[in-house]
Amino acid sequence: MPPFWIMISVLALAACAYVLGRARAIRSVDGNTRRLHSRPGYYAWNAALFTAVPALMLLLVWTLAQPLAVNQVVRGHLPADVMADAESRSLVLADVQRTARGLTAAVARGVLSAGEAAALGADDAPAMDRLAEADIEIAKTPEVLAAARDYRRINSAAGRVLTGLALILALGGMAFALMRTTPQFRARNVVEQVVRGLLILCSLIAIATTVGIVLSLVFESIHFFRLYPWQDFFFGTEWTPSFGGGSKLGMLPLLWGTLYISLIALLVAVPIGLFAAIYMSEYATPRVRTWVKPVIEVLAGIPTIVYGLFALVTVGPLIRDWIAIPTGLGSSNSSVMTAGIVMGIMLIPFVSSLSDDIINAVPQSLRDGSLGLGSTPSETIRNVVLPAALPGIVGAILLAASRAIGETMIVVLGAGAMAKISPNPFEAMTTITVKIVGQLTGDNDFASPETLVAFALGLTLFVITLGLNVFALYIVRKYREQYE
Amino acid sequence: MTDAASQLPRPVGAVPPARKSLLEPDARTRRRNAAETRFRAYGIAAIAVAVAALAWLLFAILSDGASAFRQTYATIPVTLDAAVVDPKGNRDPAEMSKVLTLSYGKLLMDGMKSYVASKNIQIDGLDDADLKSFLSEQAQANLRQQVLDNPELVGQVVTVPALTSSRIDGYFKGRVTAESAAADIKTSPAQLALADAMKADGALVTRFNSDFITNPDASETRAEAAGLGVAILGSLYMMLIVLVLSLPIGVAASIYLEEFAPRNRLTDLIEVNIANLAAVPSIVYGILGLAAFINFMGLPRSAPIVGGLVLTLMTLPTIIIATRAALKAVPPSIRDAALGVGASKMQTVFHHVLPLAMPGILTGTIIGLAHALGETAPLLLIGMVAFVKEYPSAPPEGLFDPASALPVQIYNWTRRADPAFFERASGAIIVLLVFLLAMNLLAIFLRRKFERRW
Repeated sequence: MPPFWIMISVLALAACAYVLGRARAIRSVDGNTRRLHSRPGYYAWNAALFTAVPALMLLLVWTLAQPLAVNQVVRGHLPADVMADAESRSLVLADVQRTARGLTAAVARGVLSAGEAAALGADDAPAMDRLAEADIEIAKTPEVLAAARDYRRINSAAGRVLTGLALILALGGMAFALMRTTPQFRARNVVEQVVRGLLILCSLIAIATTVGIVLSLVFESIHFFRLYPWQDFFFGTEWTPSFGGGSKLGMLPLLWGTLYISLIALLVAVPIGLFAAIYMSEYATPRVRTWVKPVIEVLAGIPTIVYGLFALVTVGPLIRDWIAIPTGLGSSNSSVMTAGIVMGIMLIPFVSSLSDDIINAVPQSLRDGSLGLGSTPSETIRNVVLPAALPGIVGAILLAASRAIGETMIVVLGAGAMAKISPNPFEAMTTITVKIVGQLTGDNDFASPETLVAFALGLTLFVITLGLNVFALYIVRKYREQYE
Repeated sequence: MTDAASQLPRPVGAVPPARKSLLEPDARTRRRNAAETRFRAYGIAAIAVAVAALAWLLFAILSDGASAFRQTYATIPVTLDAAVVDPKGNRDPAEMSKVLTLSYGKLLMDGMKSYVASKNIQIDGLDDADLKSFLSEQAQANLRQQVLDNPELVGQVVTVPALTSSRIDGYFKGRVTAESAAADIKTSPAQLALADAMKADGALVTRFNSDFITNPDASETRAEAAGLGVAILGSLYMMLIVLVLSLPIGVAASIYLEEFAPRNRLTDLIEVNIANLAAVPSIVYGILGLAAFINFMGLPRSAPIVGGLVLTLMTLPTIIIATRAALKAVPPSIRDAALGVGASKMQTVFHHVLPLAMPGILTGTIIGLAHALGETAPLLLIGMVAFVKEYPSAPPEGLFDPASALPVQIYNWTRRADPAFFERASGAIIVLLVFLLAMNLLAIFLRRKFERRW
């Protein structure tokens, strides 16, 4: 049974357990529910939870673990010389999986019978012809074919064991819970304990995600640094990947492009966002505020791909034709300026709404004091409110900077793909995120440094943005405490 | 001030110049007031720039994309010659499906030729290649499908609307002109003259194009046939997964953190984690999906299930933060009252606090979903960029079929050479923005309708 249907069956059993548990609890006191320790619903939930939770947990863990275990077993069946180096190993394993999927598809479409598929040999010419006619990809080497047969056999056996175990666990849980359903049984306390456990489990997913991100980045990066010296990656000034080998993978041009574009974006976003925030929090009437604030925040809700297309189709040609070509600074449709300006527009609401909150948090007494001494409102803002809000505003700008550094679609479409270090903002340059997309889109070979470099770039990006975020959040929090 | 102080002699030179009236400001006051006005003007200018940028963006996208919803079709009579379409003569669709699409192309070509001859259209330099590339390659395939669906048509003369090529279509949308056609190998001024003649005759119509919403993607050379069907379906599947997974998990996590968690190292760690995950660049989630779900767990590439899982992890922090804010907004008096009449902590939360926080939670969830719907970068890394022409089957199996997604489809089209695809990409953005607008309006509606101020 596929996992989805196991899940449905377990849930159906849980529904039965709910009804049975409730009925049994009521029957045990002859309908006088006041003699039960808990309300009848809790006995029902108790039965349902004990039926569903262990079986679904098993299902989850098993589905995660099965591919690993099966790969391990299949690996043992392949000849040692293929498995010697990592590159051919991953290729062969992919081949085995593809062949196994092909066989399954062949059975599903009636090209082969189940028995034929289980015994298919490389020398079985008629069956091979039929497969070729049906356009099903099958590996021709006997070892791979044998491994694929093993793969299918183990997988289907594992599937049967899982079905059996899950159903036994569900039924066992149901029997256990029903047996415990007596008037003295503290059903509410048990149910609440279980629910509490589930809540804790859910909140641990946040930690699991972080661990997953760090592990996946770190493992593949270590893999990369084994193939490519780390000094050349972090301090190399040339980025010329070539899948034939001999590629130079220096990160500095990408870092330069990233920081340059982010700088221009911040030069656009910070003044506009900050002045907009000041006007809205200090001058605007409530009516203006209720209209303008949501309109500016629409900018934050627009997907980045839309900004990307805007940069590519509208802003790029405009800057090229009106500024870059007349001044002779560049002739490219995509440029640092294009990406920077469009990204700046995207960042306006980040800066403005965060600064708005922070300016609003400055106590009114400071303003009243300054105004009472005869300052104009703008002098009050410049000399009293802004200095008081400065740490928070710096935090907001840092958060915006971290957004800019991690932004992908605008730079993919607007900045170009040329890795170079140049001070001219009208030239096309590229960023870390563009190259991650470039190296990981399409077919990947996870043994070559040209693919693995994306993980090292991802790790760099993660560390930079994490550092900025932690620092910014620390500043903002510190600042909030100051006035609370 | 005492009288003595006011009678002290003032130093000469510090005396302010005599003023005619207090109502007339001096130079310094004027300067300060001017600075005040300037400062206000900067603020208004900043807001004006932001609003103008939004208007410019929306205008650019709408004006580029609106034409994607209209398409030019040619209605010419085509003779479905039985000798070509049904060589065996038994009207058996299985037999007829062996006839290649190319043969239908010849029929359409003959139809074009006889049309030009019958209307006596004389155009200098109009050759067979112009007639052949006048109609889309997709028109042949569509005609073939029509005949296979309805074998009765064989031998008759049918007048079906046939898709014209993207250049002819672009000519009526102002994208292609006689000058640009002269430099374009895919069209010619003569072809455009023919299009004008046919338009005058009423044989060319430009009408609403529902195929743009329902068709799957088409190859590089058939921009006119490309549609969003697979992408919309793929996005829908992913949103279902995100909703089903992230709403319960997010709400459960928030309830624990907000209502039950003791202050200790573990909960502090979780809090810091959630705050940071909300700010991790989305592309990093793509790397996680590639490494964890595809390489490690062996899930298929381009599948909505992987996209849905990645977007779930990405949306969770947003939903958790919104849910915690909603739970926090429920006043403690509600909890105290419930506890006071003997409810357990768990009953208090599930029977009283959670229902009251529900509007806020739903609003946060919808906004999280809207963000997930527009997210592109992580999906590029898990193979959603693949060219997918087949609709995924119904869930649950369909969740493992290859599919596209709306934002990725937009990205895909911007990568193609034919300018007709840019119009399609802008049109797809309009579809995406309509979905986002609908979701946000729903969120606003929920907030307005159910929000309670305590």
